[in-house]
Amino acid sequence: MKKKLTTVEFRGTPEQEAKLLEVIAKYDGVPGKTMPILQEAQEIYGYLPIEVQRIIAEKTDTSLEEIYGIVTFYSQFKLNPNGEVAIAICLGTACYVKGSGDLLDEFTKQLGIKEGETSADGKYSLEATRCIGACGLAPVLTVNGEVYGRLTKADVATILAKYKD
Amino acid sequence: MEIKTIQALNEIKNEYTSKINMLTGADFTGCKYKRQVLVCGGTGCTSSGSPKLINILKERLAEKGVADEVEVTMTGCFGLCALGPIMIVYPEGTFYSRVEADTLDEIIDSHIIGGTPVEKYLYREEADGNAIVHKLMDTRFYEKQHRVALRNCGLVNPEKIEDYIARDGYQALAKALTEMTPDDVIQTVLDSGLRGRGGGGFPTGLKWKFACANRGNVKKFVACNADEGDPGAFMDRSILEGDPHAIIEAMALAGYSIGADEGYVYVRAEYPIAIQRLQKAIDQAREAGILGNNIFGTGFNFDMHIRFGAGAFVCGEETALMTSIEGQRGEPRPRPPFPAVKGLFGQPTVLNNVETYANIPQIVLKGAAWFQSMGTEKSKGTKVFALGGKITHTGLVEVPMGTTLREVVEEIGGGIPGGKKFKAAQTGGPSGGCIPAHLIDTPIDYDNLIAIGSMMGSGGLIVMDEDNCMVDIAKFFLEFTVDESCGKCTACRIGTKRLLEILDKIISGNGELEDLDRLEELSNYIKANSLCGLGQTAPNPVLSTLKYFRDEYVAHIVDKRCPAGVCKKLLRYRIIEEKCRGCTACSRVCPVGAISGTVKNPHVIDTSKCIKCGACMEKCKFDAIVKE
Amino acid sequence: MEKVNVKINGRDYAVDKGMTVLEAARIAKIDIPTLCYLKDINEIGACRLCLVEVSEGGRPYRMVTACVYPVTEGMSILTDTPKIHAARKTNLELVLSNHDKRCLSCVRSTTCELQKLCNEYGVDEDAFKGAKNHYEVDTSSPIIRDNNKCILCRRCVAACKVMQGIGVIGANERGFDTNIGCAFDANLGEVSCVNCGQCIVACPVGAIYERDDTDKVKAAIADPAKKVYICTAPSVRAQIGECFGYEPGTDVEGKMVAALKALGFDGVFDMNLTADLTIIEEANELLGRLQNGGKLPMITSCSPGWIKYCEHYFPDFTENLSTCKSPQQMFGALMKTYFAEKEGIDPKDIFFVSAIPCTAKKFEVGRDGQSASGYADVDVAITTREVGRMIEKAGIKFRELDDEAFDKPFDVGSSAGAIFGATGGVMEAALRYTAEVLMGKPLEKPLETPEIRRQGNDNEYRTASYKIGDVTVNVAVASGTKAAKALLKDVEAGKVDVQFIEIMGCPGGCVNGGGQPYQPASVRNTVDLRALRASVLYRDDAECDIRESQKNAAVMKLYDEYFGKPNSHKAHEVLHTHYVKRGLWK
Repeated sequence: MKKKLTTVEFRGTPEQEAKLLEVIAKYDGVPGKTMPILQEAQEIYGYLPIEVQRIIAEKTDTSLEEIYGIVTFYSQFKLNPNGEVAIAICLGTACYVKGSGDLLDEFTKQLGIKEGETSADGKYSLEATRCIGACGLAPVLTVNGEVYGRLTKADVATILAKYKD
Repeated sequence: MEIKTIQALNEIKNEYTSKINMLTGADFTGCKYKRQVLVCGGTGCTSSGSPKLINILKERLAEKGVADEVEVTMTGCFGLCALGPIMIVYPEGTFYSRVEADTLDEIIDSHIIGGTPVEKYLYREEADGNAIVHKLMDTRFYEKQHRVALRNCGLVNPEKIEDYIARDGYQALAKALTEMTPDDVIQTVLDSGLRGRGGGGFPTGLKWKFACANRGNVKKFVACNADEGDPGAFMDRSILEGDPHAIIEAMALAGYSIGADEGYVYVRAEYPIAIQRLQKAIDQAREAGILGNNIFGTGFNFDMHIRFGAGAFVCGEETALMTSIEGQRGEPRPRPPFPAVKGLFGQPTVLNNVETYANIPQIVLKGAAWFQSMGTEKSKGTKVFALGGKITHTGLVEVPMGTTLREVVEEIGGGIPGGKKFKAAQTGGPSGGCIPAHLIDTPIDYDNLIAIGSMMGSGGLIVMDEDNCMVDIAKFFLEFTVDESCGKCTACRIGTKRLLEILDKIISGNGELEDLDRLEELSNYIKANSLCGLGQTAPNPVLSTLKYFRDEYVAHIVDKRCPAGVCKKLLRYRIIEEKCRGCTACSRVCPVGAISGTVKNPHVIDTSKCIKCGACMEKCKFDAIVKE
Repeated sequence: MEKVNVKINGRDYAVDKGMTVLEAARIAKIDIPTLCYLKDINEIGACRLCLVEVSEGGRPYRMVTACVYPVTEGMSILTDTPKIHAARKTNLELVLSNHDKRCLSCVRSTTCELQKLCNEYGVDEDAFKGAKNHYEVDTSSPIIRDNNKCILCRRCVAACKVMQGIGVIGANERGFDTNIGCAFDANLGEVSCVNCGQCIVACPVGAIYERDDTDKVKAAIADPAKKVYICTAPSVRAQIGECFGYEPGTDVEGKMVAALKALGFDGVFDMNLTADLTIIEEANELLGRLQNGGKLPMITSCSPGWIKYCEHYFPDFTENLSTCKSPQQMFGALMKTYFAEKEGIDPKDIFFVSAIPCTAKKFEVGRDGQSASGYADVDVAITTREVGRMIEKAGIKFRELDDEAFDKPFDVGSSAGAIFGATGGVMEAALRYTAEVLMGKPLEKPLETPEIRRQGNDNEYRTASYKIGDVTVNVAVASGTKAAKALLKDVEAGKVDVQFIEIMGCPGGCVNGGGQPYQPASVRNTVDLRALRASVLYRDDAECDIRESQKNAAVMKLYDEYFGKPNSHKAHEVLHTHYVKRGLWK
C-alpha cells in the first residue's frame, strides 16, 4: 500500500541529530551502509521524515530520491510517527485463517483510522503486520510491543480500554 | 574464552559433556547439577510469557537454596508452540506444558527438589484417551520426528558456546580445516544429496562447486538467507534462536570450501530474539577465535556480519537479497549472471538458507553416507515444517523426507480440532499450492510436491478444514504477492494485480465461467515470464486451487454461493422465523438499520441493506440468525 | 574476439562471446523489440518484452529476455514463434491496462515505441480491465511528467541517475504502486533537477516531455506589433533533419533556414555569431583572471544544465564560473540592445526566439540577470523537436525546400562557434583565440585540439596541456554531469590542477542535448548518435574559411560599434550575468 506522507510536525532534537551523525560516521566506508543507517535512524526518531532523510542523503552523498525510494520500498520504514498506542495486528496465514482480518476491521471501526494511519491527535496508530511468529497464539496482535493472543472481536474493546489513559 | 587450537576445543567439549549427557539420556556422571530445567525461549513461548517464568523459577530456586544444584536453561524452540510456555525437567525429561507462575511452586517442591513429577500438570494425549505422557519424546508429536537440523533446538542454551561445543559443535570445522581439502568438503556436500531448503531445492554441493573457481585470488562471499518471509513459516527463526552456532560453523565451512573469508546473514528484522542470539553467538565465536584470522591455527580466515531486512518478502529471492544487502531497493536482478559468478557486491557468492546450513556441520562430521540414509531417492535428509492453521499442535516438526502428509497432519500434528474434516494443506507459502484430501498420502519430497502443483517452499504447512474457502485462500496468497511484488517487471507488477482482480470479481459474485480460463491463461503467462521466483511462482495458489477445487470456483460463479460460507459478499443473513422471539437485540445492534420488526414478533433482514457484518448473529441469544 | 556458434531461427551464426541474445540477433539483422533496455545504462530485464525462446545444451526451449541473456556455444534462438507473439502481446496488453491510452493527442503519437509495438502485435487495448493508477501531471518545470503514461521501464531513471549521476527521479513505493517520482512526491520544479532533459530523450512513451512553447511563438508571429526573430544553435542544423526522415548526421542548415523563414519569422539568425562572441568574452575573462589572480580554474558557462547543476551540487564553484551569458542569452541581449538601437525598434516590440537542442534553456530564459534591455533577453526557447513540430504543423514540405541563407547582419559565424555543439568544442574555440592573443600574432593554421574532443567515453573527463609560446595552459573538459562531478571532486582534492575547464551538461555536448529529436531505443542502442551529429559540426569546421572567432568580421564590428573591447563595461552590462548558490534543497 502506498505510504502516506506525514502531517505531524517534526520534533527532532539536537541530541537525536548528534546520534544520527554518529551512526552515519560509524558506517563510513562500510559497503551497503544505507539500510543499516536508515534502520538505526528510525530507531532514533521513530520514523523517517524528510528532515532525517536529508541528513542521511547529504552525509552519505546519495540522492534524497534514492533514499526515499528505499524507504518506500520496505514496509518497515515509516514516514509517519507511531501513535502513543501502537497497535499491530498480525495478518500472517495462521492468524488470518483464525480471523485476524475481523480484528483489524473492528479496530478500524472503533478507532476511525485505517491500516497504516495515525490518528490526528497522535494517540493511536494501526498497522497490519506479516507473521510475527506467534502462530500458536493465533490470532495475535501487539500493542506497544506487548503480545495479545487467542483473540476474538469482543476483546478489541477490552484491549482499547486498557490503553485509554 | 580462547579456543585457538583444536585441543582447546576438545577440552571444553569434555568439560561440558556430562551436563549435556543428562539431557540426551547418556551417562552424566560427574555433572555438577542434580537437575536441569529447560524452559523454551523461542518466540512462541516468549510471547506466552516464558522469560517471566524463568525469572520466577530462578528466584524461587534461590529462595529455597537449591540454585547451585539446579541449572535453569533457556533453550530454543521445542516445536509445540501451541502448548507454551514449555518446561522440561531433567534427568527425567518430564514435560510440562502451559506452565503458569502459580503452578511453579508445586513443581519446584515436588519435582525439582523432591524428585516426584506432578502428574496433574503433565501433558495428556488427546488421541489416546487423554493418557498422561511423561516425556516429551514419548508424545505422538515427537514420536515420528527425526531431528537433524533441529537437533540442538530445545536442548542447548543457544547463548552458550560451551553447550554447542559439548554437542560436537565446531568439530566439523576442525575436521575440515585439518583433514579435508576444500574440494573434499564440496564433494561431501555434493554426495550427501542435500538440496536447498529455502524453496527451489537446488543441490547445495553444486552451488558451492560453481563458486569454487579461483580460490584465494578473488574476493568472495558466503551469505545466509534468514529472511524467512512465507506467512506462517518459522523454521529458520527457530534454528537461529535455538542453535545459532550451527549456522556460524556451516558458513565458515562454506567459506573454506569456496575460498571466501567474509559472510553475511540477512535476517528479518521481525526476529529480534533470533538476531540477538545470533549476534551473541558471533561475538562469542569471535572472542574465542573461531571467527577471525587463523582459525584453529590453520591459516583460515573467516568473519561475518548480520544485515537486517526491513519488511520485503521479495528479499528472500537470492538476487533481491543481495541487492538489499548492498543497500538498495530489494529488487531482483536478471540471472545469469548467477550469484556463484557475480553475486554480492559483484563478487562470487554462495547463498543458502538457514535450514540448509543447519545440516552442513553434521554432514561434514558424519559423512555423506549418513545423510543419504535418510529420505527418498532424490530428496535426502529431513525437512522442518511449521504446522499452522486448523491443526491441534501448531508448531515446528522435523521429519524425514518421504513422510506422508497424513502422518504429519494426523499423527504428529494431532489432526484437526473440533472434529472438522481435513480439506487441504497448503505448502510453500505464497509460492506453493494447496494439496487436497485425496492426495494426503503423498510422501513429501521436492519432486512429489511439484508434481502435484505445489512446492516444498521453505516449509510452511497450513492445514485447512471445511470452513475454509479455497477461492478465498487463493485470494489471500495473491493479495500477499501483489502487496510484496517489487514492481520491477511487468508480468508480476501488473499481471498479479489483474489476477487478483479476477478473483475479487468471482468472490463478489460477479464472476463468469470465462474468468476461469482467463485466470489460467494469465497465471501461465506470469509463471513463464516473470523476472524472479516471486512472480514465477505467484500464480501457484490460484492454479492449484483451480485444479483441485474447481467446483468451489464454479459454485461462486454459477450459484453465486460460497460453499464454506467465507466470502462475505456471497453471504446472506436470514432470521429463522420460528426461532425469533422478537427481542429486538439484533435490530438495535445492526449498524445500517437493515433489520426491522416489532417487539415480540419475528424480525426480518433486508438483504439489500445488509452489510454482512455479522453483528446481529453474534448478538442473537436464540440462534435464530443463520448465514447462508 | 572469441566467437561462439549459435543458431538464430535455424540459421548458423558465429557471434562474439559475451554478447547478449539481443545483440546476436542484430548480427542476423533481426531487431528484437525492447522497452526498458538501454545499452550500458539500463540493462535490467524489467519490461519482459524482448522474450525469445532459447535452447541450450539440447534442452527444451524456454523463454528468456534477450536483452540480458548471454549467448552460449551451441545455443539455438527462436525470435519469432507464435508462443513468443502471444507472450509479447499479453505483455503489451498488461502494460496498456495501466496506461492512459489517449494516444491521439499525445505528444509522442507516431514516435511512441509502445504505440508502434501495440500496432505491430495487434493488441486488444481492453484485454485487461481493472484498477489504474492516477497521478497529477507535474507541470512545475519545463520538463513535464505525466505518470499516467508511464510504463515503468525506468529509462528516465537510468538517464538521470546512471548516466547523469543526479538521481532526482527514481522508483518509489513497490508493486502496483511503484511509480517514478521525486523524493516525498515533490514536483520536479521543487527539487535539484537541472532540466537537462535526458529523461525525455530516454522515455519511450509520452510520460516525460518538455513544455510546448510553440503556441507562444505562433501568437507572436501573428501579432503585427511584434518583430519576431529566431536564432538557431549550432547543433540544430545537425539534428533537425531527423525529424523529417533524414539519417542522423545530415546537415540540413539551408532547408532549416528556409523552413523558418516560411514560418513567418522576421529574421533567421545563426547562433554561431554569439558563440564567437562568447569565446572572445570568455577567453579575455580567462586571460584577465590569469593576470590578476582571479578565481581559477575558470569554468565555461554556456550550458544552463551545467550551471544549475553547479549551483545545486557544487555551490562553492559558482565563483569559478565564467560570468559570460550563454550564446543564446547573448544573442537575445544583442537583439534587444544593439540591434534594436540600430534598427530603431523599441526592444519591447522584439520577440526573440531561440531554437536549441536543449530543455534547460527554457529555464535559463527566466533566470535573473538575463534581461540586458530591461526585457527578457530571450522570450521563448524552443527545442529542436518543437521546431520540427512547428514546421510539420504548418504543412511545410521540409524535404522539398530549397536551401536559404541566414539573415544579415548576423549571418556570419566562424566554425569555431559551430563546434560549440560538441563536447570540447568551446575549449578548442577558446584556445584558438587565446593562442593568437598569447602569441601576439595570427597563427599560420588555427590550433586543433583532438585530445579534448570526445574520446568515446563521456563518463570520463579529459585533461590536456598546451604550450603556447612561453605559457602553458592546462585544461580539462567534461560532458555530462556525472563526468563533471568526477572532475570537480578531483579538482577539490587537488588531483587535477588546470586553469580552464569546459563543462557541458549533457554527455557528448549539445549534439546529444535533451531537446534533440526522438530516436527509438533500437537506434540509440546501435548507432552512435553523438558522433554522427558531431561529425556535421567538425565537417563544417574542416571546410570553413573562418575557423577562429576573432576572424568573424560581424563580431569585430560589434566591438567596434558597440562594446569597445572585450570585457568592457558595456560588454559586462549586456553580455555577462551572475549565479546563485542554491545548494541541494533550494
